[in-house]
Amino acid sequence: MHETIQDSATVTLLWTTLGALLTVATFSFLYRDNPIYKVAEHLVVGVGAGYFLVLLVYTTLKPKLFDALAEGHLWYIIPGVLGVLMWLRFSRKLSWISRYSIAFYIGTSGVSIPLYMYNNVNRQVSSTLDLGMGFGSLTEVWGILIVLGTLAGLVYFFFSKAHKGAFGGFAKFGILVLMIGFGASFGYTVMARISLFVQRIAELEDWGAMLIAYFFS
Amino acid sequence: MKRRVPLIIVFCVSLFMVIQYFVPLDSLERVYRSFLDYTIIIGVFALLLGIWSLCRVNYDKIKRKSENWQYAIITLTGFFIMTIAGFLSGWGRTDNYLYQHLFSYVLVPIQATMFSLLAFFIASAAFRAFRARSLLATLLLISGLVIMIRFVPLGFLSEPISDLAGWILRVPNMAAKRAIIIGVGLGAVATAFKIMLGIERAYLGRD
Repeated sequence: MHETIQDSATVTLLWTTLGALLTVATFSFLYRDNPIYKVAEHLVVGVGAGYFLVLLVYTTLKPKLFDALAEGHLWYIIPGVLGVLMWLRFSRKLSWISRYSIAFYIGTSGVSIPLYMYNNVNRQVSSTLDLGMGFGSLTEVWGILIVLGTLAGLVYFFFSKAHKGAFGGFAKFGILVLMIGFGASFGYTVMARISLFVQRIAELEDWGAMLIAYFFS
Repeated sequence: MKRRVPLIIVFCVSLFMVIQYFVPLDSLERVYRSFLDYTIIIGVFALLLGIWSLCRVNYDKIKRKSENWQYAIITLTGFFIMTIAGFLSGWGRTDNYLYQHLFSYVLVPIQATMFSLLAFFIASAAFRAFRARSLLATLLLISGLVIMIRFVPLGFLSEPISDLAGWILRVPNMAAKRAIIIGVGLGAVATAFKIMLGIERAYLGRD
């Protein structure tokens, strides 16, 4: 019993050591691009590709294609054939056939016309015009500012008319609003990355504690 | 045959996808769901094509002994070990010991560390933006800084900073995000129409 626990702890320590060394190898990029970092970089590409290959086969191809065909839904042979046709891209003479599969794939994006129109345009416009959705005691004032900011942001992205005069001034207000928005996203991104960094350092700390506990306790 | 048929397929499928949204018929709904499945299946084959391409490029690197070819061995070894481990437990099962551990102790640490590295590069980018000394760069940095320090205990400053962060997020940030979302929506609809009507044909490639 004791030996089993000891073996398990050893194996866990070995795996954790591998993870810790790969973490340090990746952090070594902060010094400069080096062979140790390149090893970690190439390893993650290979392992990641293998991971997603297995995941795609088991979570998508198996239930949606193989199981469907096994259950007798024979029309599912159509996407199977279209999928295989994609592979004709490797043939110089027959690569044009793969366009049929791509055409079907691209064609289904037609659903984005009503969906984007409803979700990205209609709902956002109606929420923007709801002045009661503002903030704090000056709800309506901030609501009007949101309407003006949204309009100005859209005007900034409208390039069919020269940004001059009142139109240009409004576009300038738009870029100011956009910059504050980008700043907020920037702050969030930095915080998220710092959280990841803290988590990686905590993992290294745990690994150090594990090493000490293993060898000295 | 080479260009016209794909254009017809795109038009017909797109038109169907638009029509089914407005016509609440069970039969159309079923076809729509099948089409979505078809798209996912074709997408997986396209991704497999990408993985095949990755293997071929790395194999060619090793074969030709081109620059840094040794790293290609690491990529291919990692790929094959992970793939074999994934399929070892039996059809449809991913509870293989090696597969799970390679994910937890190789893939996750490297990916998380790579993303965390961005904190340093982003800090350096912020410093360069700060040196630009323009109104826009200053606004961006002040807004970013307020969002970053809003959870930091700063005594009597904590409450006003938290209020300011809340205002930034719910007023100017909301306006900016809505402008972007509406702009993206209009752009996506316009692009979808261009593809549907055959005006945009880049996906066909060259003959």
